[in-house]
Formats: sequence, C-alpha cells, structure tokens
Amino acid sequence: MKELKVGCGKPIGSTVGLLANEKETKEQDTNKEVVAMTRVRVGKKAPDFEAPAYQDGKFGQVSLSDYLGKWVVLCFYPGDFTFV
Amino acid sequence: MAAVAAKFKVLQDMGVEVLSVSVDSHFVHKMWQDYELSKMADGGVPFPMLSDSSGNIGKVYGVYDEDAGVEMRGRFIIDPDGVVQAIEILTPPVGRNVNELIRQIKAFQHVRKTKGEEATPSGWQPGKPTLKPGPDLVGKVWEEWKVESAF
Repeated sequence: MKELKVGCGKPIGSTVGLLANEKETKEQDTNKEVVAMTRVRVGKKAPDFEAPAYQDGKFGQVSLSDYLGKWVVLCFYPGDFTFV
Repeated sequence: MAAVAAKFKVLQDMGVEVLSVSVDSHFVHKMWQDYELSKMADGGVPFPMLSDSSGNIGKVYGVYDEDAGVEMRGRFIIDPDGVVQAIEILTPPVGRNVNELIRQIKAFQHVRKTKGEEATPSGWQPGKPTLKPGPDLVGKVWEEWKVESAF
C-alpha cells in the first residue's frame, strides 16, 4: 500500500490506463452505459484501478496492478455500517 | 466483510489477497473498523478497504447502482495474470457465502495447476474426482462422474 497524504480534499478512486474497449467507446459513443456494464467479463483482464484505502491504522493508495502474480478477491459492498 | 475477515488466514494460506470496496470514504472505513468490525472478527478487517466515492470503479465493474448511489455485492475472483475467473453479484439484502468463495478459488487453483488439463465438476471439493476433457470423454461423463458427488 502506497502512502497517502491526508488532507481536507476527498481523494477518489478511478480506473487506470486505457481500458481495452475504450477506443471502441470513443468511436461509438452512443450507448456508454451498456459498454461500461459489459467491460468486466470472466476470462478477460480485470480493469486496473487506483483508490484511497484504509488498512492497519494507515491510509494509503492501492492499485489492483500491485497484486499481479497473486490471487485476488475483489469485494464490493453497499456501505459501511449496513446490516448484512 | 467481517465474515471474509474471519477467514482471511485461510485465504492467505491459499495465497489469496482481499480488497474490499465501497463508496464510503477511507475515513469512514476507519470508523467502521474501530467501532464495529473489530468487535465482530478478531483483529477486525486486516485487508485494505478501498474508497470509491465517485463510483468510478464500480461503474466499470458493473456493480454501481446510480439510483441508490451505492455498490451492489459484487465479488470477483482474479487470477495471478489479472484475469477475472469468477463473478458473483447480489442485491444488498442477501450476504455472500465465504465457504463457497473458498471452494471456487480452490477449484480455479487446481485447474490452473493442471494447466487446464483437468476440469472440476459441479460441487467439486479438493480430493473429489476431476474430469479430463478430451475426445475419449465425449458422451462418457455419466460413466466417470456421478451426480451424487456434486453434493
């Protein structure tokens, strides 16, 4: 985990690099939402991203590409302090 | 997330890393860890908890709900080459099954170890028979594998 300087601004996560079919999106540019929904597929590369993170009492910056060479479980969930 | 945290040691022993993501800020992640998660799992959540407050990552992964402004329960198994091997997406009220997650990773690791020569049938667990896809197996699965072994 790379160190993250804590400031008052709220850093946001984002994808990294040109996604495989981003060129396609630019050319078609019509139904962006559908393209976004179909970007991640089994058997295809997981899009890289970078985001601020909390771990072991520290704030840092985490990229998916930091984990190449390892198995990764990526878990999205609706929100902190939710019930399930 | 506490359930995944409770099995983190098992996952680590399998060479697996975990990343959790929600739209909450990393500051809120700290509060959740300090006030609740640390009381649910011994030591709390040991893996990085990522903040995707803009939903940018969730949108690309197909789990961001624009209407609610949150991310659905999307779980992705990514192999050492960065390739997505499995996806499970649940609506918020139903939680995941960590045992099934572990079973699937063991199956994907087995397939990778055999360089794809073996496939794991339904409900496979380590030690149970695998199948070797090839011309000789066509029409013969019923001889090699019994449905009961799926359960």
